[in-house]
Amino acid sequence: MKLFLKFDYTTVCNRVIEEQLKMFNFKYQQTAFGEIELLEKVTSKQLQEFNSSIENYGISLIEDSKKIMVQKIKDVIRDMVLNKENDVIVKTSVFLSEKLNHNYSYLSNLFSEVTYTSIENYVILQKIEYTKTLLVKQDLSLTEIAYKLNYSSVAHLSKQFKNTTGITPSAFQRIVAKRKESHLQ
Amino acid sequence: MKIALADDDEDDRFFFTEAFDELKVKSKVSTFKDGIELMHYLEQAENELPDLLFLDLNMPKKSGISCLQDIKANSRLKDLVIAIYSTSSSEEDVEHTFVLGANIYIKKPNDFEKLKKVLSEVVTTNWQYITSGLNKDNFLLRL
Repeated sequence: MKLFLKFDYTTVCNRVIEEQLKMFNFKYQQTAFGEIELLEKVTSKQLQEFNSSIENYGISLIEDSKKIMVQKIKDVIRDMVLNKENDVIVKTSVFLSEKLNHNYSYLSNLFSEVTYTSIENYVILQKIEYTKTLLVKQDLSLTEIAYKLNYSSVAHLSKQFKNTTGITPSAFQRIVAKRKESHLQ
Repeated sequence: MKIALADDDEDDRFFFTEAFDELKVKSKVSTFKDGIELMHYLEQAENELPDLLFLDLNMPKKSGISCLQDIKANSRLKDLVIAIYSTSSSEEDVEHTFVLGANIYIKKPNDFEKLKKVLSEVVTTNWQYITSGLNKDNFLLRL
């Protein structure tokens, strides 16, 4: 028998972190997603142990301040893409610099330096990834997705999908469906 | 990033390694001259697994498709990111390998600059999947 699971990324991460922090007896307060304030001093050895323990879950501490800023940019982009329907449409550059209180060229250079890609490309990647998820999990049509993600037309989304992945949305759907089929056999 | 390539063509292995040396992303490349040698390495539990594995399709002794099937059937190896690296660009090969679980399909470029560009795109995309927790099941890229 095959079971297909759906994950809530945020809940999973928060629950893991909560359990891990408790296991280490750290007094803490969660200040934002992926941001924890420790209320008591801990030694660097404890932190190292904590880090190797959470690494089993694919989570790790970010030390570098550049990396922290990049992570913040990624979080804002992710929120922006996921909640597009509730937002007033503004340009990504304006939205990011307002949210993070830095000018865009600073953020943009920093981002490229750390991630080897540009903010623009990253936004497109996130949108296309979200499109894939919606195609697979929610069975939305490409037209519905284009509307949801604020594309000017379904042709625009379709073209961006092809440019980013090298395959068309329908080929993507067909491949995923065939994979499922062969797993079920 | 740890990269592995299985390809029976010595020149292809050479250019591949050279191209990686010139990319911005730091990498360590290991090469294997056929499918048997590759699988022998991967199946030893003490050996480090690559972050990205490139498979040529037509190899003597054991083909890329056969390696791909063995990898997907092995619980320790099945989550490896796999790029098919082939001279063929037939739609059947592309779709068949994607359905079998490959993530990336690259038609071998015939000049070095193009090769560098393609590999750079593969590596940076893979990097985003690793560092941004994207869903690898949806990772399909054709170049």
